[in-house]
Amino acid sequence: MAAPAVALEQIDWENPEQVGLWKDAWQRFRRNPIAVLGLIIIALLVLMALIAPLLVGLHVIKDPLEQDVVNSYASFSLKDPLGTDYLGRDLLSRVMYGARISLSLGILVQLVYLVIGGAFGLVAGYFGGQIDNLLMRFVDVWYAFPDLLFLLVVVSVLPPSLLTLFLALGIVGWVDLARLIRGQTLSIKEKEYVEGARAAGSSPLKIILKHLLPNTLGPIIVSLTFGIPRVIFLEAVLSYLGVGIRPPTPSWGVMLQDGYQAIFSYPHQVFIPAVAIAITMLSFSFIGDGLRDALDPRMRR
Amino acid sequence: MAVAKGAPKRGALLSIKIPRGRGASLGFYIARRILWLIPVLLFVITITFFLAHLAPGSPWDKAGGRQLSAPVVANLNSKYGLDQPLAVQYIKYLLNVTHMDFGLSYQYQNHTVMSIILESWPITAINGALAFLLIVPFGIGIGIVAALRQNTWVDFLAVGFSTFGASVPNLIIGILLIIVFSVGAYRVTGGNVFLPTGGFGLDDHLILPVITLAILPIAFIARLTRSSTLEVLRQDYVRTAWAKGLKERLVVMKHVLKNSLIPVVSALGPTFAYLVTGSVIVESVFAIPGVGRTVVVAVQSRDYPLILASTILFALVIAIANLIVDLLYVVIDPRVRLS
Repeated sequence: MAAPAVALEQIDWENPEQVGLWKDAWQRFRRNPIAVLGLIIIALLVLMALIAPLLVGLHVIKDPLEQDVVNSYASFSLKDPLGTDYLGRDLLSRVMYGARISLSLGILVQLVYLVIGGAFGLVAGYFGGQIDNLLMRFVDVWYAFPDLLFLLVVVSVLPPSLLTLFLALGIVGWVDLARLIRGQTLSIKEKEYVEGARAAGSSPLKIILKHLLPNTLGPIIVSLTFGIPRVIFLEAVLSYLGVGIRPPTPSWGVMLQDGYQAIFSYPHQVFIPAVAIAITMLSFSFIGDGLRDALDPRMRR
Repeated sequence: MAVAKGAPKRGALLSIKIPRGRGASLGFYIARRILWLIPVLLFVITITFFLAHLAPGSPWDKAGGRQLSAPVVANLNSKYGLDQPLAVQYIKYLLNVTHMDFGLSYQYQNHTVMSIILESWPITAINGALAFLLIVPFGIGIGIVAALRQNTWVDFLAVGFSTFGASVPNLIIGILLIIVFSVGAYRVTGGNVFLPTGGFGLDDHLILPVITLAILPIAFIARLTRSSTLEVLRQDYVRTAWAKGLKERLVVMKHVLKNSLIPVVSALGPTFAYLVTGSVIVESVFAIPGVGRTVVVAVQSRDYPLILASTILFALVIAIANLIVDLLYVVIDPRVRLS
């Protein structure tokens, strides 16, 4: 009994050091250099995507749709820093505009996951019993559907547009989140502190906001962070296969497709969007890994 | 002594006769899992069927240019049964599927869907099987070596590789491999040594596609093996094994691997699923005439019977692979309860 007694004496019981959930998580996230690197890269990408139209307006970069056929397949130069594609369009400008599509699609689709997965997970986990059983069987069946195949079918059937792609991506990927939220709700609603709060007279709303939400939020944020690169990848695949975003819209998948046609003569054409996709997906993975470590209360010292 | 209400009765745990009870429940479990395939496949067929048939336009619409004349369209509709009510078509389709009749392809006229799939399936299976032969030894090997040499450069290299492999998609890896080993090698060696970029053959055509297909699962399984091995290495019985002076090889083989590989088995299910859906992408990048490529061409040309059949086939293969992996898990891990 001696060891804990010493440790207990060292604690300042009168003025406990209070560190909030988010502050604590941020402190631990900050100590992870790779995660911070990922965050910096994504911040730069977001900035790049946001200012692209501004730069076009100021004539710093060219319009991504402006053709210059005489100057096609140009190499790196001052006029076109990353060269031009088969129609002489500026690749730097197209990569920047592609980031707009990839990032906004990646993030917005997570909202769809959150709504569908959250509704399924919360209802199943909160009510339990037969409702839970029914909803989760549906989720199981949905899970068996190979997602890439389902996407291919949906985008081949519906008229091609950004909205179609958005909806199709939204309805395939929510299953993991539904399972996660259901599991979290199930385990947390039985915890003593929730029971304690209920016994102390907290209203259900207060319990949900103060206890359930902060404790489920960590894994949900991590899952959504890993969901973003998945969506960016699926957009690239569909556009590469010619059934996602249609040319001439500058998306990274469309650029892969354009560049792939000339891979033997001008490999840098396909290399540029490929590297853009790889860096973006790696950065989101770094952030996701960092968040998982930072938000996991078991890692707390 | 009063027993608390709801507490398990004494001896309740002992009354389970493990051999007989487990064998019987295993049979029940398998039967239930096989029956479960029926609603899954029905769901897949129904969703795909109605999506395909409710699509705007007819399969005979040509992109721009001249359209087929009305009598030709009428003839085609009656040949493919499209002139009947949707409900009738659906029931007929379901009945046909039960004896493996998936109808005629729209795109390759007078070819049955079944013959097209049977032709391309072996190619996908060969690539998938070769990838699998790489995945298991490399994934597990990298994971174990990394765990045994934790925090050395070997470990950092392995973790770096698996982070890269698990984050960068096969589409990008395939393209980068082509740039380096086909285009780059061709230029450097003046066209003497380079790997082919596409097509199928039982030779160097297999190298790049199989590696592309295998990298993600290798990275994934290496990660999983590393973390589960690290956990087992901290167990008391492993320390005992070291303490009694066993050689490293014996400790790893006899004590560590047996337990650390249990979670890895559960990752084989998603691996199979990935090998099937991954073939869609890899076969497109490398222009391999397998099922994955067939699906993409079918989607691009709106060949619905072919899309339907390949979707069903993919779902079935994935479901069966998951079933086998789950059964394997039950067999190797006696702690798993069949609920």
